Amino acid sequence: MTLESLNLLPALPEVFLLCAVSAILLLDLFISDRNRAYTYLLSLLTLAACAGITLGTASDRVEFAFNGLFVDDPLSDLLKVWVYIGVAGVMVYSHVYGRSRQLFRGEFFTLALFSTLGMMVMISANHLLTLYLGLELMSLSLYSMVALQRESPRSTEAAMKYFVLGALASGMLLYGMSMLYGATGTLAIPDMAQRIASGEVRGTILVFGLVFVVAGLGFKLGAVPFHMWVPDVYHGAPTAVTLLIGSAPKLATTGFIFRILAEALGSPSLVAEWQDMLVILSVLSMVVGNVAAIVQTNLKRMLAYSTISHMGFFLLGILPGSAEGYGAAVFYAIVYVLMTLASFGMILLLSREGFEAENIDDFRGLNRRSRWYAFLMLLVMFSLAGIPVLLGFWAKLAVLQVAFEAGYTGVVVAAVLLSVVGAFYYLRVVRVMYFDDPVDTAPIVNAGDQRALIAVNALALLVLGMAPGWLLAVCQQAVKASL
Amino acid sequence: MFQTVVFYVFAAILLFAAVRVVTARNPVHATLFLVLAFATASGLWMLLEAEFLAIAMVLVYIGAVMVLFLFVVMMLDVNIDRLREGYWDYLAPGLAIAGMMVAEMAVVLVGRKFGLLTMPAPSPKPADYSNTREIGAVLYTQYVYAFELAAVVLLVAIVAAIALTLRRRKDSKFQDPARQVAVRKQDRIRIVSMPAEKTVSRDS
Repeated sequence: MTLESLNLLPALPEVFLLCAVSAILLLDLFISDRNRAYTYLLSLLTLAACAGITLGTASDRVEFAFNGLFVDDPLSDLLKVWVYIGVAGVMVYSHVYGRSRQLFRGEFFTLALFSTLGMMVMISANHLLTLYLGLELMSLSLYSMVALQRESPRSTEAAMKYFVLGALASGMLLYGMSMLYGATGTLAIPDMAQRIASGEVRGTILVFGLVFVVAGLGFKLGAVPFHMWVPDVYHGAPTAVTLLIGSAPKLATTGFIFRILAEALGSPSLVAEWQDMLVILSVLSMVVGNVAAIVQTNLKRMLAYSTISHMGFFLLGILPGSAEGYGAAVFYAIVYVLMTLASFGMILLLSREGFEAENIDDFRGLNRRSRWYAFLMLLVMFSLAGIPVLLGFWAKLAVLQVAFEAGYTGVVVAAVLLSVVGAFYYLRVVRVMYFDDPVDTAPIVNAGDQRALIAVNALALLVLGMAPGWLLAVCQQAVKASL
Repeated sequence: MFQTVVFYVFAAILLFAAVRVVTARNPVHATLFLVLAFATASGLWMLLEAEFLAIAMVLVYIGAVMVLFLFVVMMLDVNIDRLREGYWDYLAPGLAIAGMMVAEMAVVLVGRKFGLLTMPAPSPKPADYSNTREIGAVLYTQYVYAFELAAVVLLVAIVAAIALTLRRRKDSKFQDPARQVAVRKQDRIRIVSMPAEKTVSRDS
């Protein structure tokens, strides 16, 4: 190994984050509960510094580090910056919520940062080994964060389910990867793609491994029929942790899918194999997600089923196996993260000590209690439903367009019909907010930074929706430069 | 020929031990069968000329992890009968599904795909070839990133384990050496001025 092949500079954000988390971990030991806000501020500063480093070292070139185990390309920079935004958003939304629920602890912040590190490792992986290690780093932090509220049996149960099913999914992924290794004789992603392209590889074993990899990915995404854990975990976890599970990890999974399906297994013969599987996952997710969400009375469960249906839409973008498709999928994932942040953020802001605003009934008459919050929630719900002008519409349009151009007319028609079904339950929340009488009359009190963030977050859906072209163009360009 | 016989004997023991890990009624027995499974697996590695891995398996898994496991299993007061509730009810459908999956996988994989013709055995290494040295050479160079990441995963496990289990009990008694050292005379001793001893009256 030489210093050239080590090439630490592209991995600077990861190196910095690891050093910073370790420092925060130690510093936090000497901070009393009263001054815990310092840990919070330090964590936010760390994320900001990471964003600065990532943006500062961003370039159009594809660079390798750590002897080819790590890759820094435009797509990884784009996804990482959104991961920082997502995790920082989670921290700002949840700091008041956490204080009254034993969540405002040093471990909450350090584990969140460790999971961020895991996401970054996944996004920048150039080797199946690092891909898997990043996934475990992220998942382990998330499992323990779900269980962080020790006194709550509901969150302990959710953590157990998440952990067991997550372990099962990891097992499937590993088994699939071992088959890929058996077929190609390498774990490095570029080598694997090269050997498959050379045609010397045994197809059956490759496809066999691929099935397990896709099943494992389905688990991690929460796509039907591997979705069972999603509603229980979203519902059972403390809302602040649900927000974290639902937002940034989706970007990391996007990176994971891009690395393994597009880069390693992207040869035309294999693309045809996984396309068939993804069609099933995608259509089933949209059906089950949208139909099951209708009967939910708990907003967190409803949003969990809505996540499942959104993952179905997201997979539509992956289907064509083209650069445009991946670009649209990345765009969808980013928009989805913005919408998730705002929707769960709203639940956090309306909750107060001893009260969780997690039922749809808790949003009754929100308009009378606060016109501004009701308006912001309306924007978020409209965007999730995919009503034009808002950003969610453009995301849906982008993935539908690429799927349609690739010839999946039937799937696209089904997707459009199901998104009409989906609009019903989003609009029900809006109806309840505007036309019902409030049952809960307690004043809504929030910190200034939270009020500012929810306004920026929800209005971004509107403003970016007015000019959606540039974000989509950024995603497309990043994917094109990285493939 | 001899190696093949050894392989099949070891493989049979390994499979038997693995099945017993799951089916043994007593958790201590299950753990001991797991030790047997690990020992045989390291024997198989020995056959594959992976002596470093074989020794590491014995030292780390059998020597350290499983001993710890035994302690934990012996200390836990698990009600086996409650855990086993519904075991026989689930056994039949479980076996059916598992059998189906094995059959499906066999249909795809059996044949010449993993045979010795497509994947020939590697040529034996010379006697002075050091497995340990080779692993060390790539572990700390080529795979240093993965190595470090594994370390971070362990760090997260430590943080999570402490965060989930550490509770400061209010009634626990502990020493604070700093306070012990910094103690002053006034904190411990109260000097009371007592009146001179009274004269005891004879009446009382």
